[in-house]
Amino acid sequence: MKTLVWVEHDNSAMADATLAAVTAAGKLGEVHLLVAGSGCRAVAEQAAQIAGVGKVHLADNAAYANALAENVAPLIVELMGHHDAFIAPATSHGKNIAPRVAALLDVMQISDILSVEGEKTFTRPTYAGNAIATVESTDAKLVVTVRGTAFDKAETTGGSATIEDVSGAGDAGLSSFVGAEIAKNERPELTSAKVIVSGGRALKDSETFQQVIMPLADKLGAGVGASRAAVDAGYVPNDYQVGQTGKIVAPEVYIAIGISGAIQHLAGMKDSKTIIAINKDEDAPIFQVADIGLVGDLFKIVPELTEKL
Amino acid sequence: MKGLVPVKRVIDYNVKPRVKADGTGVDLANVKMSMNPFDEIAVEEAIRLKESGAVTEIIAISVGPAKAQETLRTALAMGADSAILVETDDEVEPLAVAKILKAAAAEVQPGLIILGKQAIDDDSNQTGQMLAALMNLPQGTFASKVVVEGDSVTVTREVDGGLETVKLSLPAIVTTDLRLNEPRYASLPNIMKAKKKPLDVKTPADYGVDITPRIKTLKVAEPPVRQAGIKVADVDELVAKLKNMGVA
Repeated sequence: MKTLVWVEHDNSAMADATLAAVTAAGKLGEVHLLVAGSGCRAVAEQAAQIAGVGKVHLADNAAYANALAENVAPLIVELMGHHDAFIAPATSHGKNIAPRVAALLDVMQISDILSVEGEKTFTRPTYAGNAIATVESTDAKLVVTVRGTAFDKAETTGGSATIEDVSGAGDAGLSSFVGAEIAKNERPELTSAKVIVSGGRALKDSETFQQVIMPLADKLGAGVGASRAAVDAGYVPNDYQVGQTGKIVAPEVYIAIGISGAIQHLAGMKDSKTIIAINKDEDAPIFQVADIGLVGDLFKIVPELTEKL
Repeated sequence: MKGLVPVKRVIDYNVKPRVKADGTGVDLANVKMSMNPFDEIAVEEAIRLKESGAVTEIIAISVGPAKAQETLRTALAMGADSAILVETDDEVEPLAVAKILKAAAAEVQPGLIILGKQAIDDDSNQTGQMLAALMNLPQGTFASKVVVEGDSVTVTREVDGGLETVKLSLPAIVTTDLRLNEPRYASLPNIMKAKKKPLDVKTPADYGVDITPRIKTLKVAEPPVRQAGIKVADVDELVAKLKNMGVA
């Protein structure tokens, strides 16, 4: 089987999410990549180094700069003329583009796979991860998105793929990019952080969240996450949200502070290796999944913990 | 401009789903069902656009069993003007739903189709994008802000690194994210009034759509269960544990 993997990037560097998708694709067959963007040859060169990659398709066009689905989906459909599976990481780009490609190919997409069980058989989470379905596609081609935490990352070196320029139709004339507010963050990215410190509604407000959570995260070199309640209340921006519809994380250590543990939150973090919960309510559901729990007032515990580490 | 709002009847978001013992699916017998939370946000957004004058009429549509009428009545009680139930007891995959919606949209001729970004049962996150593809319309997915101006709509989207804004020509498809709005509760008088609003019942065959599944579900299982661990008494004990793990 020949697969085409969507390379996640910002036109200058490849994002890690790509690497898990490459690993998943490698279980299906030959791995080709697509780098679609503007002025993104450096990304293609970087992607060509990934171990196990056969070919990199490079579509360099101003219309692809911001990965607008209306523009890149027809390009992918064209390339799918000589590929059997389109594989995208389940990032916001991947989730936006893949179903548009699937519908154009008249294929039913399989979202967010956790494992490859056979040529057309996969497992995927449903019901916020409370049920794991094993599903088999009966379509002629495959369109799949890949949960990043479920697959090892492919090696970023060792490959020497050829880069082939491709051109697509460019601008579909349906949509335009206006702008982005991408948070500048010095901290480790949530989906690849080894340690995550995450705060919930109990943090009271934005200022308190900053004062309590950030020093501990700094001390541990950790990424910072939040529950939906904390994001909805405006303590932190939306890209901090961990959960069923936010980011799916699986760090070595996840420290949940003042998070009760709604199933929607657990869906995003219960694959973490070690879960530590700090909560004043000893009956909070978070303690049912925590490896280490500490019951008490987070406003006393967290500063003390930060100091003693 | 008309607004078309697809809604889905799903397990209530407060209910913990249980996998059936025979591994064929999730047990939905005697379980509380509600409107998919993201679809509630979609209905609310359509109503707000109607209140601001951008939308003139709201049509809610659902593909599902007879009981999905309740979900449509909820949308009508919130403020939709009329509803269409495309009735089937079969499970309908996002691709087939998108095909039905495309056919319905050909009759309704909406300027804006607003739907939830994903349903909390199958967690597919596909229908809106697929509908946009089939209709060759632009898509504003994961919306946290929607502004209609003239013949275009500007959509602010929740993306991995923060927010992104796109401008789409109308007609367009918008899928909702959590922060778009807070859906209203239907008042009792509106619930009574909703009972008299028109609700058409159709079938997938009426729209000429084949809903035969493309994906076979071989097995449904519980995820590996995490065992509750230990509780530590104080910070010193926690620090010791963290040091043992090599974290600190």
